[in-house]
Amino acid sequence: MNIVVCIKQVPETTEVRINPETNTLMREGVKSIINPFDMYAIEEAVRLKERFGGKVSVLTMGPPQADGALREAISMGADEGFLVCDRAFAGSDTWATSYTLAGAIKKLGAFDLIICGKQASDGDTAQVGPGISTHLNIPQVTYVKKIEEATDKLMKVERMLEEGFEIIETPLPALLTVVKEINEPRIPSLRGLMKAKSAKITTFTQKELQLDPQQIGLCGSPTQVVKIFTPTPRVGGQMLTGEIPDIARQLVDLVRAEVN
Amino acid sequence: MDYLLTEEQKMIKELAHKIAEDKIRPAAAKYDISEEYPWDVLKVMAESDMFGLFIPEEYGGFATSVFNLCLATEEFSRACGGIAVCYAASALGTFPIVLFGDDEQKKKYLPDLAKGKKVAAFAITEPEAGSDASGIKTTAKKEGDYYILNGLKHFITNGGDAETYVVIAMTNKSKGARGASAFIVEKGTPGFTFGKKEDKFGIRASSTRELIFTDCKIPARNLLSKEGMGFIVTMKTFDMSRPGVAAQALGIAQGALELAVKYVRERVQFGKPISSFQGIQWMLADMATEVEAARGLVYSTARMVDAGIKDVAKESAMAKMYASDVAMKVTVDALQLFGGYGYMKDYPIEKYVRDAKITQIYEGTNQVQRNIIALALIKEMAKI
Repeated sequence: MNIVVCIKQVPETTEVRINPETNTLMREGVKSIINPFDMYAIEEAVRLKERFGGKVSVLTMGPPQADGALREAISMGADEGFLVCDRAFAGSDTWATSYTLAGAIKKLGAFDLIICGKQASDGDTAQVGPGISTHLNIPQVTYVKKIEEATDKLMKVERMLEEGFEIIETPLPALLTVVKEINEPRIPSLRGLMKAKSAKITTFTQKELQLDPQQIGLCGSPTQVVKIFTPTPRVGGQMLTGEIPDIARQLVDLVRAEVN
Repeated sequence: MDYLLTEEQKMIKELAHKIAEDKIRPAAAKYDISEEYPWDVLKVMAESDMFGLFIPEEYGGFATSVFNLCLATEEFSRACGGIAVCYAASALGTFPIVLFGDDEQKKKYLPDLAKGKKVAAFAITEPEAGSDASGIKTTAKKEGDYYILNGLKHFITNGGDAETYVVIAMTNKSKGARGASAFIVEKGTPGFTFGKKEDKFGIRASSTRELIFTDCKIPARNLLSKEGMGFIVTMKTFDMSRPGVAAQALGIAQGALELAVKYVRERVQFGKPISSFQGIQWMLADMATEVEAARGLVYSTARMVDAGIKDVAKESAMAKMYASDVAMKVTVDALQLFGGYGYMKDYPIEKYVRDAKITQIYEGTNQVQRNIIALALIKEMAKI
């Protein structure tokens, strides 16, 4: 089974602060990690490879340092790492990102399965996974918590709902996004770390991918960020006391004062 | 302090740190209470190749590196001295085979130990033979192609849970120390059973049991080296393993120090964090300096062993003695910094005091270490 895992390198969220003057993330000195939800995707892919054979390719789009995320995935058992990296892709929103990643996946060749984490811990959109499946025109199953059965033709999975779950059977190739209930990501082995250190990471630029320039980067992104701001903290409420008619009167007075 | 670790050593340290934080620390209190053997944690260590650090590459490990063993043991011990000793005691049981096993013995036992599929143990101590190893009463009598073992070992770390044991028994009592021999004994051998499991003050995640040999028949090819080499095997094994015990003590001390620094920054008395008081600061400064001095001694000794320097008995003894004395002092001081809370089991610090104590006792009491050091000094002077 040939599996592609799409991952994202994100700032370790517990350490990120917002600059109150510029309203931008203060990323200096903040450690970068693999998006925690993607760790479950990597683990599930490696488990499937251990069961069925095949290979696991890990794909990410990001700056050159995202190479570290790919190496970490290789230390956990993935076979190859691919980095989509070009200034031309900068400023991509989820639509342009999923278009670009889909283009890179086509370049990788035949695959049976794509696995993504359910969403990234920085953007929290949960759009890139489904976007990739749309661009590739393959079925998608989101929020997968268990793979019940798998053959080279189809897969039966449990998909988490707000209350309970549903069982979905999908033909392959397909795209799954997974939730944390699906497994417990392994700690890498020393041999895996050594392999990852010397592994070759293939970089794809726009030159290799030859994507439609109108659909990549900032220009290919329909999302426009108009303003970023920190919500003003809610101030504490005011408690009214007394008999109910008293409270009602006080409330009316307060509303009147507010309106005026 | 920067110890100029190689890329590989940094990798081992970071990996061991991750195992310690993700798997050992969350389980430490549970195993301290239940006294169950922490198989799930050892499985993670095994899958991460940690048991290969002290076994040669040709037998499935990475290299026999005492330094790497120390790095891993120190990190594990920061989180739990008890779980760490299950790991380090397997190294202790493996070293005699690495050092004295013939190719057949190494091929048979080391690959499974390197993968962590099996755990090892070393058995010399008996009720009447602790510091005085010449008091060993367990016997091994040769009968054809077999040895017949009879006797009792006690206080054996990993006893009952290990699959592979190296046992010291007397093959010729009349020769005293030169009449002892070392044997590999597999769990499940008829006549080899387990007795009392000890209820311990500290390192409670590890198992400590009696081994009972009753006409236990083992193949003669399980003899390590030659008859009469038992004490040499033991001494050389301890030279290799003492830095590991020292690293365990070092890790316990480091772990306690970290908890103490964290706590004094949070604990507010007289309107400010107690870390702002000079009396507290001076305690921390002394603790940190002693831990660092111990680390320097442990790392230097481990590097000497790995460099193949032959006589390391003095340095090994110094590292074990000093690091364990520091562990005892630092953990007691750390508990003091926690005040009344530190005395309560709700807080993790009292366990560090309990875990530290054994490091002054086992693998040669610190009094025995001082004998070794003093004897080496006197011998060195006599040579001049």
